[in-house]
Amino acid sequence: MAAAGIPYFLKSDIAKALAIQKAEEMNLKSCYRQFGVDEKIIHQVMSEALACGGDYCDMFFQHRVNNNIGLEDKAVNSAENSINSGVGIRVLKGEQTGYSFTEDLTPKAMKLAAKTAAIIASAGKQVEPVELKLHKRPNFYPIEVPWEQVSIDQKIPHLQKINDKVFAGDKRIIKCGIRFNNETSIVMIATSEGRIVFDYRPMTAVFVSCTAEQDGRREQNGCMLSGRCGIEFFTPENIDYLANEAVRRTVTLFQAVKPEPGEMEVVLAAGLSGILLHEAIGHGMEADFNRKKVSIYSDKMDKPVAEKFVSIVDDGTNPHLRGSINVDDEGNDTEKTYVVKDGILRSYLHDRISAQYYKTKPTGNGRRQSFRFEPVPRMRNTYMLPGPHKKEEIIRSVKKGLYAESFINGEVRIGAGDFTFYVKSGYLIENGELTKPVKDVNIIGNGPEVLKNIVMVGDDLKIGFEEGATCGKNGQFVPVSCSLPTVKVSRITVGGVSS
Amino acid sequence: MSNKKRLELAEWAIERALKSGADQAAVSISNHRNIQIEFRDKKLEKVKESTESSLNLQIYTEHRYSVHTTNDLGKESLTKFIKEAAASTKYLGEDKFRSLPDPKYYPVNLKADLKICDSSYEKITPSDRMKMAAKIESAARVQSDKIISTTSSYSDEYQEKVRANSNGFSGAEERTNFSAGVMVTVSDKNGGRPEDWSWANTRFHKDLPAAETLAKDAVQRALQKIGQKKIESGKYDMIVENRAGSGLISMLQQPMIAHTVQQKNSFLEGMIGKKIASEKLAMIDDPMLEKGLGSRLFDGEGLAAKRRAMIEKGVLQYFYIDNYYGRKLGMELTSGSPSNLVFECGTKSLTELVRDIKKGILVNGFIGGNSNSTTGDFSYGIMGLLIENGQIVKPVNEMNIAGNGKDFWNRLAAMGNDPYPYSSWLVPSMVFEKVQFSGL
Repeated sequence: MAAAGIPYFLKSDIAKALAIQKAEEMNLKSCYRQFGVDEKIIHQVMSEALACGGDYCDMFFQHRVNNNIGLEDKAVNSAENSINSGVGIRVLKGEQTGYSFTEDLTPKAMKLAAKTAAIIASAGKQVEPVELKLHKRPNFYPIEVPWEQVSIDQKIPHLQKINDKVFAGDKRIIKCGIRFNNETSIVMIATSEGRIVFDYRPMTAVFVSCTAEQDGRREQNGCMLSGRCGIEFFTPENIDYLANEAVRRTVTLFQAVKPEPGEMEVVLAAGLSGILLHEAIGHGMEADFNRKKVSIYSDKMDKPVAEKFVSIVDDGTNPHLRGSINVDDEGNDTEKTYVVKDGILRSYLHDRISAQYYKTKPTGNGRRQSFRFEPVPRMRNTYMLPGPHKKEEIIRSVKKGLYAESFINGEVRIGAGDFTFYVKSGYLIENGELTKPVKDVNIIGNGPEVLKNIVMVGDDLKIGFEEGATCGKNGQFVPVSCSLPTVKVSRITVGGVSS
Repeated sequence: MSNKKRLELAEWAIERALKSGADQAAVSISNHRNIQIEFRDKKLEKVKESTESSLNLQIYTEHRYSVHTTNDLGKESLTKFIKEAAASTKYLGEDKFRSLPDPKYYPVNLKADLKICDSSYEKITPSDRMKMAAKIESAARVQSDKIISTTSSYSDEYQEKVRANSNGFSGAEERTNFSAGVMVTVSDKNGGRPEDWSWANTRFHKDLPAAETLAKDAVQRALQKIGQKKIESGKYDMIVENRAGSGLISMLQQPMIAHTVQQKNSFLEGMIGKKIASEKLAMIDDPMLEKGLGSRLFDGEGLAAKRRAMIEKGVLQYFYIDNYYGRKLGMELTSGSPSNLVFECGTKSLTELVRDIKKGILVNGFIGGNSNSTTGDFSYGIMGLLIENGQIVKPVNEMNIAGNGKDFWNRLAAMGNDPYPYSSWLVPSMVFEKVQFSGL
């Protein structure tokens, strides 16, 4: 590699990640070196954490390097880089949590943090941490070249290419903004039960925004691709897709109208419309809300909640997807969890606390934003399995309704079950055909009712780099994916405007 | 580390950056100490305590610009960090608009006391915090036998921050922040477990409301939701309760930001000096407000804080102009971000506003939805209460509102006398005429 063209990420001692060439080449020794600790120090800190009578404790070490570059007004003219290291120490006593973190990885600072977390327990016999044993995990996101070895001048041409394609794509484009992000997170998790496991987590995301003008009117839209990938993510196909989709979605809006307000049939296009699952059932099935009895799904386990052709999974194992994890942030194995199987509610999404509460196995959903947060049950890649219907057949069955195609955001109230998602663009369906484009419509429904009202499921599930999103809960943000095959909901409220 | 030491470190870092080839540099260093306590259903649920630091370095080299952040503040690490940050900036494209702000925008003195740091913070003991959270939880739990679960929370934060720009600015600030509240879930025989909350955020510990006040408010709100249902779609008069109002104000904020304007994504472009809302809308950005949650003597770039009437009698006066986009737009700088938003209030309380409505919906919360800053189109999910002949009749939910900001703000008919005190956006209750709701 050309040293001259490689800026600081490669040479930095702060970014010690560089000592580690590839995830495959990481070992426990290199992780200990990364964080400046050893088994003895970890044992001492955990003993301190359990000194007040806690049942269990864990340490979550993390070193994260994040790089952003931005293109605006046809030039790559901004870059943001950040480096964050630290350890989070958690002590559990039953369902109670004591948490502290420190950015200083000296034994003294870690012991002080351990003392703080320890106070959640005030009585009980002291448990001794068990000797650590390396836990092996799979790798769902091997990459060819670690981001630390990719220089900024290797990235810039890709952004310029997308920009050129956007402007060449349509004469009406007046602005194009591109954000490119890559991240490497190295985590090491040690538990008082004797497990130690590490993970190397790459991530990248490219977001392209377009603004177009026609007859004095302006419209804006965009396209994002994201995954746990390296620089090989920039294939000519992905570059073309980002540019073409961003342009198409933007200029289409010049013809867009608003649908009528009220309840109607809604067809969700295959893909990111999985945001419906994420909000309508996903959050409600996170087990912390259920053990606290505050979820609308708290009393629905093993009961029918949807038609027999509806099966919904939350999966951490899909290669390179944004929501995939080799191991969760509590050190538990990840898996493909059936939330709904053949229409029956089958499993909550567990972290350690809830799995113990329900006396079941953890499902590998204990996740956190960073070492600064305690883990809680979170989704990974949430999607509906393909069903018996054809896309054309589904659209044909709708007399008057909405076809929802691209989405921005959603939200849910766990107890009441109200959830929403915002449709950035789509089409009206009139007499079984897609007609006029529509834009900027919020859709609101009730989770369990909408599940019951899923009357057709297509055979065209697609889940890839376009289905990535970021999910917020308790002030913590984690990467996820969500997807659906083409799905028809027989009745849901659309935020339209009466003509 | 004290703020004095932080300023020394910032000056040292700037000097290193300039020696490493930067033409200009700016450094911010912050430190946050945070403690959170949660109680749930009679038991301590969570204790969390932490201190975090961060150094942010902005580098300008031959009109090339980059930002670098680290939480490793050791001088040895920083020396390398800075050197490599300066070197990497050279790979970026040249942009003649990239340089630090003109020093004429920096504050002349930083002596004003905005009362944003509570000296009693140090005296608060772990047991005080524990008791406060426990008291709110127990006060809520006894309010109703319909309660399924209550989670209360108390947290406080001590924040210190310094900022130095290589062309002649340095400033320091200290703030405290206290928050307390409770979330209540109740049972509804018709299905569902409606939840609601009551929360307060203050700069001074003594300004937090009593535990009973928070508890009663949250429980009453949750109980009020029992039996909530959507109603017919149609045009209704709408009151937006003060605590929910910031959701709507953000619809105007985004298109007022210079970046949005310069990137041609603002439906308010070209509207300065023109009417964008009804005469009832007067919005002042006031960074000097005592005890304000958004108060500051200088903003994130070091620009001097100044009170500005952003919207007067519905006429747009200013955009939020930061240094970079201000240069690109050729506009005078204001500040890139809002501080405290203060509104001209009306004379009526929320109860009186409700009494004036023949048929309408009192919106007390938004759920999801978004607005399009380029076109003004918006659509938001809502929950609230149906009003008929000046009386609250029943709870409604699972409905949306939709419209376009260009038209919508002209429907603003009245402002309440009740600015929401627990946010930096002190929005009073607002009344809008004939808003499009979708339900059944």
